[in-house]
Parts: sequence; C-alpha cells; structure tokens
Amino acid sequence: MSSLIKSSIARKVVMALSGLFLVLFLALHVTINFTSVISPDTFNQWSHFMGYNGLVQYIMQPVLILGVIVHFVMGIILEYQNTRARSIKYTKYKGAANSPWVSRNMIITGLVVLAFLGLHFYDFWIHEMTYKYLEAKPEDPTRYYIETVEKFAPIWRTVIYIVSFGLLSLHLWHGFASSFQSMGLNNKYTPSIKSFAKIYAVIVPLVFVFIAIYHHLNPITH
Amino acid sequence: MKIYLKIWRQKDASSKGKIVDYTMDGVEGDMSFLEMLDILNEDLIAKGEVPIEFDHDCREGICGTCSLQINGRPHGPDRLITVCQLHMRSFNDGDTIVIEPFRAKAFPVIKDLIVDRNAFERIQQAGGFISVNTSGRTVDANNIPIRKENADKAFNAAACIGCGACVAACKNASAMLFTSAKVSQFALLPQGRVEAAERVQNMVKQMDLEGFGNCTNTGACEIECPKGISLENIARMNREYLSASIKG
Repeated sequence: MSSLIKSSIARKVVMALSGLFLVLFLALHVTINFTSVISPDTFNQWSHFMGYNGLVQYIMQPVLILGVIVHFVMGIILEYQNTRARSIKYTKYKGAANSPWVSRNMIITGLVVLAFLGLHFYDFWIHEMTYKYLEAKPEDPTRYYIETVEKFAPIWRTVIYIVSFGLLSLHLWHGFASSFQSMGLNNKYTPSIKSFAKIYAVIVPLVFVFIAIYHHLNPITH
Repeated sequence: MKIYLKIWRQKDASSKGKIVDYTMDGVEGDMSFLEMLDILNEDLIAKGEVPIEFDHDCREGICGTCSLQINGRPHGPDRLITVCQLHMRSFNDGDTIVIEPFRAKAFPVIKDLIVDRNAFERIQQAGGFISVNTSGRTVDANNIPIRKENADKAFNAAACIGCGACVAACKNASAMLFTSAKVSQFALLPQGRVEAAERVQNMVKQMDLEGFGNCTNTGACEIECPKGISLENIARMNREYLSASIKG
C-alpha cells in the first residue's frame, strides 16, 4: 500500500475519483438551481434545507470542500511533474495533430474554473457564512430566490458565469470520460461512457448558463 | 525537390545544442527520410564538416531504433510507420523540415539526434519477462488454450518495438503506453499471470523512478505509435496495478 500512495497511477486515480465526485455534485447543484426557474418556492425550500440540514452542513459540505482542494492540489502536482518531465521543449511541437486541445490544456480550463469558484464562493458561500454565523441573523426560508436573482442583475457577473461554464464544459469534455480510463476501466462500455460524458459536459453547463441568463433577463421588480 | 532542413545539433550530452539550417537540392520522392539524411551527411563529410548523428538499424520498421521528431511529430507526418519507413514523397518541393531528437528528461540527448533510451531497458529489466525453466521441460505454448480475443490483444501489446514515440508525442513525456504494453503482453496470457502482480508493481515503480511524466489520457501516444498499440493497455495496467497494490 505504501508504494501505491507514491505512484503516478495512484495520483491519477485520486484525480479521477475527486473529479467524479465533483461531477456528481454538479448534477445535484444544477438540479436544485433549475428549480429557481420553475418555482421560486421549491428553490427556497431546497436552498433552506441545504443551508440548515446538519448532514449537509457538517458532512457533505466539508467533504465537498475537501474534494475541490484535493482535485486542485493534485492537478497542480501532476502539472508540475509533467512540466519537469520535459525540461527542454521542442522547437516545433504539433500537438493538434494527435490530440484534442481540451485534453492538452486541462490545467488552463481547470484554473479558470478554480478562479470562478473564488467568485462563486464569495457570492454565495461567504455570504451564507456571514449571514448565519457572523451576523447570526434568524432563519428566513424565503430569502434565497431573491438573493440569487439579484446576484445576476449586473451584466459583468452574468458574463463571467457564462464564460466560466464554457470552460467548465471543456474541462468536463475531456475529464469526465478520462477518469474512467485512469481507474482502469476501458472496455465494451467505454464508447457509451464517452458519449454520456460528452452529453453531460454540454448539457449541465448549458443549463447553468440558461439559469444565469434567465435571472439576468428577469430581474425582481420591487 | 529542394528541401530546407532545420536540424538539432549538439556536440555531446553536456553541451548546449542549437538548430542549424541546411539546404538540400535534388531530393527524390522515392528516397527514404534516412537516405536523405545519409546524402546530407555525405555532403557534410565531403566539406570536412562533422556529420549529423542519428540512430538507425534495421531500416524496416522493426527494431525501433530510429527516433526523430519531424516537424513536431515523432516519426514524421504519416501514421503507423517509423522514420525509416517515411519517404520524401510525403513532403513537397520547398518545404522546411524541423528535425529534433525525442525530448524527455528520461531520454537525455547523447549527441545531435541520438537520445539515451536506456530508461526503457531498465523498466523492462524490472519485470518485463517471465521466469521459466528453459531446460527443455517447458510446456509448449501452443498446447495451452488461450481465448482468441486475449491472444489478439496480447499480440497487439507485444508488437511494441520500444522506440519511444509515445514518450516523444505525449505532452507530459509519459511512458505509460510503453510500460503498459510490456505489462499487458504477459498479463493477458496464462504464462504471465503467475508473476503479474509483482511485475506491474516493479515496472511502474521503475517507470516513476526514471522521471517520466504522468498520463493525462490525451491519446497522442496511441495516434503516434508506429505499431498502433492501444490505449486499452494503459487502462489494463492501471487495473492490474491497483488490484495488485490493494491485495498487497
């Protein structure tokens, strides 16, 4: 087991597992967010549940934050090692002839998504922590819809969300299916997994983009 | 054809190399790429200059010795061939061709276009074999029933000639395709199963020690491999490795 921890394969498996966990979380996130378009009350109920349920707050949330940190830190370690593995670069390197751009630039799409997460955490998570713990305001199950819609009022934030989800789509396009290969799964189901992963990589970010545009175009009028 | 060449020249392992320009007139489409370099070297020798060092041996696409990065791709622009099988008809009159050695920290340049690929040998020595009694009492391999599908996959893996194109093509200089081919060719056959767990652990450990990069599943290795070694082998190696490590 000790050799496993140090090996390049184990590092890739950690990357794959943390990535798949985040993919799963995205599905939950987009489902709850989508209710904000259909029914503000349902969105408020779900958001309140996620914000005050003990299991979600004290188990799921720390695990999620850990998942993001592990995925990010391992990505940086792998990138560092990979750069060192070719210390002298080619004068001419035709990567496009043998591999898609997204597969060669996961670090770029990943860092953009990480930067976006900074804004996203500032917008929602920091706001929630401040509301609940620093300001110790009382529970208000009706506030979430209004707060969310107001966030998308400025065009700059909506544009940042759209661009970031575009980059997330590219990241998922390669990363989702790639995680199965890293874990040693390449068999007769692989073409189906790849197709599903690509559909997921397009649909999920597209729904997030739709939600952002929808709320930007339908502001709350007081 | 008139061809403009930009070739990496490096006096020795410790010297700093650079790209040097050469122009070749009268290049025929039927010349192999290595013949073109042979003629260039004859010209250089005639002028009293030091010829360009490059690796080659069988010139039939079997030995895996030739190892040039041509216009940014290992073994040049055509698929499923080695440099020695590449012909000048793949280029056009007036083309500029950049020729470099395979680049990887684990493949240090010895001179000009020659790199030291002993890292592959050390990975092989770590487990790329089966321990059998060869005194004459060995069971004939043809007497052991093997599923056709497994035999085909083992054959695909065994076709690896260890040229290093996978490392050269990979943006991370990863040796996963090579190592996985050597693991797979045994793991798929009953003779190789006996030492399968030990083999994969030792070979992966050696691969990591050599300083190759990590696989990020770009698939460039599979595309550039002159023998068409499949990415399935990497997944198989990952599977074998995880299984062996967890079972201890």
